Amino acid sequence: MRLRGLMRKEIRHVLRDPSAILIAFLMPIVLLLTNGFGISLDASEMKLAVVIAAPEETARGMLQALDASPYLAVQRALSTHDGEQAMIAGRVRGMLVVRDDFSPRLSRVTRWPAAVQLVVNATDPNTARVMESYVSSALQVWRTGQLTEKRALPNARIDLQYRDWFNPELRSADFIVPGIIAMVMTMAGTLLTASGVSREWEQGTMESMLASPARMVELILARLLTNFGLGIGSMLLSVLIATVVFDVPFRGGFLALAAAVSLFLMFALGLGLFISTLSRNQFVAGQLSFLTTMMPAMMLSGMLFDISAMPHWLQVVTFFVPARYLVSILQTLFLAGDVWGVIIPNLAGLAVAAVVTLSATVLVTRRRLD
Amino acid sequence: MTDPVVVVDAVRHVFPGPHVALDNLSATIRPGVITGLVGPDGAGKTTLIRLIAGLLRPEQGRIVVLGHDMAISAAAAHRAIGYMPQRFGLYEDLSVAENLDLFADLHAMTAALRAERIARLLQFTGLRSFTKRLAGQLSGGMKQKLGLACALLARPRLLLLDEPSVGVDPASRRELWAIVSAMLEEGQADDMAVLWATAYLDEAGRCDDVLLLHEGQLLAHGPPEAFLEPTRGRVFRLGIAPEQRRKAARQAAADPAVLDALVAGDALRIVLREGAGVPDAEVLGGVSLEPLAPRFEDGFVALLAPPSPPDPLPRGEGELVGGVGSEDAITVADLVRRFGTFTAVDRVSFNVRRGEIFGLLGPNGAGKSTIFRMLCGLLRPSGGQARVAGADLLRAPAEARARIGYMAQRFSLYAQLSVLENLRFFARVYGLDRVAGARAIDAALTGFDLADIASGIAGDLPLGLKQRLALAAALLHGPDILFLDEPTSGIDPLTRREFWSRIGRLADEGVTILVTSHFMDEAEYCDRLGIVNQGRLAAVDTPAALRARVRTDALPDPTLEDAFIALVSAQ
Amino acid sequence: MLRRVFALIMKELVGLWKDPKTRMVILVPPMVQVVIFAYAATYDVTHVPLGTWNDDAGAQSAELIRRFDGSPAFAVTESFAAPEQARAALDAKRVAVVLHVPQDFSSDVLAGRTAHAQLLLDARRSNSALMAQGYAASIVASFAQDMHPGRSPPIVLLTRDWFNPMLESTWFILPGLVCVLSLIMSLLVSALSLARERELGTFEQLLVTPLRPAEILVGKALPGIIVGLINANIVIIAALLWFRLPFHGDLLLFEAMLLLYTLSGVGIGLALSSFARTQQQAMLGVFVFASPMIVLSGFAAPIENMPRIVELIGRIDPVRYMLVIARGLFLQDMPLRVVLEQAWPMALIAATMLTVAGFAVRRALS
Repeated sequence: MRLRGLMRKEIRHVLRDPSAILIAFLMPIVLLLTNGFGISLDASEMKLAVVIAAPEETARGMLQALDASPYLAVQRALSTHDGEQAMIAGRVRGMLVVRDDFSPRLSRVTRWPAAVQLVVNATDPNTARVMESYVSSALQVWRTGQLTEKRALPNARIDLQYRDWFNPELRSADFIVPGIIAMVMTMAGTLLTASGVSREWEQGTMESMLASPARMVELILARLLTNFGLGIGSMLLSVLIATVVFDVPFRGGFLALAAAVSLFLMFALGLGLFISTLSRNQFVAGQLSFLTTMMPAMMLSGMLFDISAMPHWLQVVTFFVPARYLVSILQTLFLAGDVWGVIIPNLAGLAVAAVVTLSATVLVTRRRLD
Repeated sequence: MTDPVVVVDAVRHVFPGPHVALDNLSATIRPGVITGLVGPDGAGKTTLIRLIAGLLRPEQGRIVVLGHDMAISAAAAHRAIGYMPQRFGLYEDLSVAENLDLFADLHAMTAALRAERIARLLQFTGLRSFTKRLAGQLSGGMKQKLGLACALLARPRLLLLDEPSVGVDPASRRELWAIVSAMLEEGQADDMAVLWATAYLDEAGRCDDVLLLHEGQLLAHGPPEAFLEPTRGRVFRLGIAPEQRRKAARQAAADPAVLDALVAGDALRIVLREGAGVPDAEVLGGVSLEPLAPRFEDGFVALLAPPSPPDPLPRGEGELVGGVGSEDAITVADLVRRFGTFTAVDRVSFNVRRGEIFGLLGPNGAGKSTIFRMLCGLLRPSGGQARVAGADLLRAPAEARARIGYMAQRFSLYAQLSVLENLRFFARVYGLDRVAGARAIDAALTGFDLADIASGIAGDLPLGLKQRLALAAALLHGPDILFLDEPTSGIDPLTRREFWSRIGRLADEGVTILVTSHFMDEAEYCDRLGIVNQGRLAAVDTPAALRARVRTDALPDPTLEDAFIALVSAQ
Repeated sequence: MLRRVFALIMKELVGLWKDPKTRMVILVPPMVQVVIFAYAATYDVTHVPLGTWNDDAGAQSAELIRRFDGSPAFAVTESFAAPEQARAALDAKRVAVVLHVPQDFSSDVLAGRTAHAQLLLDARRSNSALMAQGYAASIVASFAQDMHPGRSPPIVLLTRDWFNPMLESTWFILPGLVCVLSLIMSLLVSALSLARERELGTFEQLLVTPLRPAEILVGKALPGIIVGLINANIVIIAALLWFRLPFHGDLLLFEAMLLLYTLSGVGIGLALSSFARTQQQAMLGVFVFASPMIVLSGFAAPIENMPRIVELIGRIDPVRYMLVIARGLFLQDMPLRVVLEQAWPMALIAATMLTVAGFAVRRALS
């Protein structure tokens, strides 16, 4: 009966307090929309300056082939100097230079192959590689088209076909958005409990609760369960946004989703409680929260950067970032389905994380005021 | 005689700091009576109550409640304890009924028992028609009554009340007392014990048993009469010329035979030192001298006072102008302030003359601080006008604000800086250059007796010293007008008297002082008073005149509290 | 007036420095974060686990597989005999790529016919899949060249990588970390500072003094600026000394731009906290604002990839401009003209935000 009464109190609180609703529902919307639309690795319309010193027909053909690629946006530059200026000013990302010896070399087989030069702003090495890749394939398409016209297409070639599983359109949103959900869950979970605890202290109600027959376990449990409910609501909203707004398919089952999110919420809520119980100083608490939630969730969880590409020592560090387990599960559930071989080990990791934070909280939150 | 409900055995408790909150305290608390726990802020009352409630574990010693050692089996005792912490302990988002329901749930009360008990308590506290209202929207007095109801809900064997009546309007204060007494009577069979912590000495006088704490020590434990006895025959009423009350009080206090001199109405209340001969009225600067029956406060002061007279306060730098000037330093005309639909200040008008001590008297939530803030330029009025030294501080240039000093209700200096660093900061901010600043700081350190703790961290100081520092900082730049918001709340009586001494001297030097307070009796020090209740000014007059207004045959010698209740109900 | 402001600034700094916990929190996290995040932020594709499904018995298919294994991009870890096995391995993430060589491959190559091969990719990480495709294509192309020399050559694409010839991801992310880590710090410090004074009641005491609202604002802004600059420089030192980033620009110009940047960050922090009643709310506000600010700046993914509307919203984000400047001054010798093009929006944002904060402080009086 005590627990029921405490829960009723928590629920009423939540219904009447706007900040909890904001954290659980408004924040996910804002974060999902900004991050989902903001972080995209799908190159499109990369600006390319093209300098061609070749007969008009060849030039036009090439420009058309390049521009036909949805990934490139072509501008013709009059000279290499102009192109370089545009690159320095940041107006284009790359410059393709076709010299006047290109056409002759192409039509005759000589010792030196027909070459074109691509100068790329490699500040962002990933996008530079992507651009190189698209320019290269656009040129090959143009070449193949030319040869086919002249019926000069050699038979002796190797035709490599690609099959992209789980994400045939190669949309980066498909793997980033599930990762964003993990980030949202981390922040929401931590913030929900943190704000509730300090409010009780400020109002003085924590004292009367501690002097009443309510047990510590019941107090923590009531708070956890209500925030848990909110967290689940938050998660459902996030999944909805992911599938409806971002068109990310969901191929998994709800059981796996529920299990993963529940465990993760337990971890995050516990973390929030732990932080707020431990640090009365808000500045320290703020830094701690940031340190442990947002940046690691973005950088180390596998949401954006592939963990297997990181140095070994850092991969070990990510084992201690529970968001990593959730991201792995979510990416699998959304795009692949119920692959239990991936899901079970990650669930285990989440379970460990939850146990750690919750027991830390119970240890630190003593019943007494001292 | 039944066993005591609480046994406190040689308890010592220390907070990190280190700060000794309680030292070697032993006491018992009996059922069937109201035991008062008296002492100023920082005496250790809240610490003791928390220890008894099992919220803290004593460093040394034991506390046994109803046979349970609180360090070991507190949970068992919690079922029989009703606790009301200093700040209500209510959920402001929940309604009255929901709060009560919660406490009923926590004590696992059955539906039938709950219904009956809640109905009874609602009736007793007068909250029956407010069951659906959110606790946060109740007035201060009603909140306290609700807190009391929640604590009483499960028929506790031990009722712990931590300053339940602080800052509440006088009528509600009396009602709270009545409720508890009635519950005590009714629960005779249950043998409820009540521990009532308070800083109000009149309440302490009405308890059956009193524990007097001061700086963590138990100074005395016994019925109130026991406190009075030592001072019997040493208390006198000194009639004086009405205009010279403050000066007379200072003079009398300086006399080596006098332990305590208090302004009380048109006269002084004098308590002589033990063994001192009765002096002549003229020696003390008065006109007549009559013996009086001692009061609890007299006994209290006698216990706390240092054995030899303290050094007299160092003379201030200013000349004694003496008396009140003729021009207005502060004018308030039809001042209004609304917060949404709630009118906090409703057409208040009054004037304060130069060199006058003007008090705004009223309970918490009456609107005193709001008026203050508007005067200081911290809040924009919704209507009306407030002028200080001829200027509207909201729009005034910085120079105008350099002429006022402000001491806020809560300690509002920088807790993490030292005393000296705080003083330096405020000296610079008020435009004092290096030389003038150094001089002012030196004067402040000596004048306020802060020199020994100049490098101490402000936040670690006990409350009395904090208040002194705040006052020193407010005076650094030599302002003409001083705003003091509840400057003495929580301070022990001796420090309070010293404070009023300083204030009195400042006023005599020509500084205009505007004070707010909810301690009715302190208001006697003021030249004139404004009685504020629920945003309206019920009356403005001298303390003597206010008391005279409510004098009747039934009430021949009313206190200011009586005056307050009468004037407010007549509103 | 100067005396007043100076007193306020000294008080703020003393307050910040006195508490050892605060001191630690200002200095330690950026050092830890810079190391961890710089190494984490990589889109590189190396040693991708590859499984082979080879139905062909000839030497040519073996040669092709050998070339894949020899490439730094791939590592052949498993071989499959049946499609289900390949599928299961892909599902379970044991391999990220499966190379399927059909039965006639070697005979087709020898006979000069068009040979076929298939690459199955786990495209859950689309970016990595794209990279893998690119590497696979070039491996196959050079294999084809070697198998059939003398044929009409393909077009050779010579690439020159400007500014970051070794394509180091740390060179890309570190200038970003300079901006992001110092932003978080200056936001937190400035937002919480104002909110704390409000909550503790010392703000009122300040308002009663002769200090003007503008002066109070300056006093509150400075600690955030100082902390932000310290943080930024810690990251810069780490970048130059530990990660050996080049620095082609003018260091003084960079610091000047950092000052402007921190000013805008602090302005946002102060504006945020003037709407907050408690420190708790201020912290929440910082959380909610910092995340989009970081994302929309192009820190992790290029701005060109964003939908137009989102990119437009990002124009009020000072981080976006500072990022361009930082990357430009570290990796390119960015001309002053270009730097200033990015500087004036930051100045505009700083001015606007500080004005908003000033209004809000004044509004606190009503």
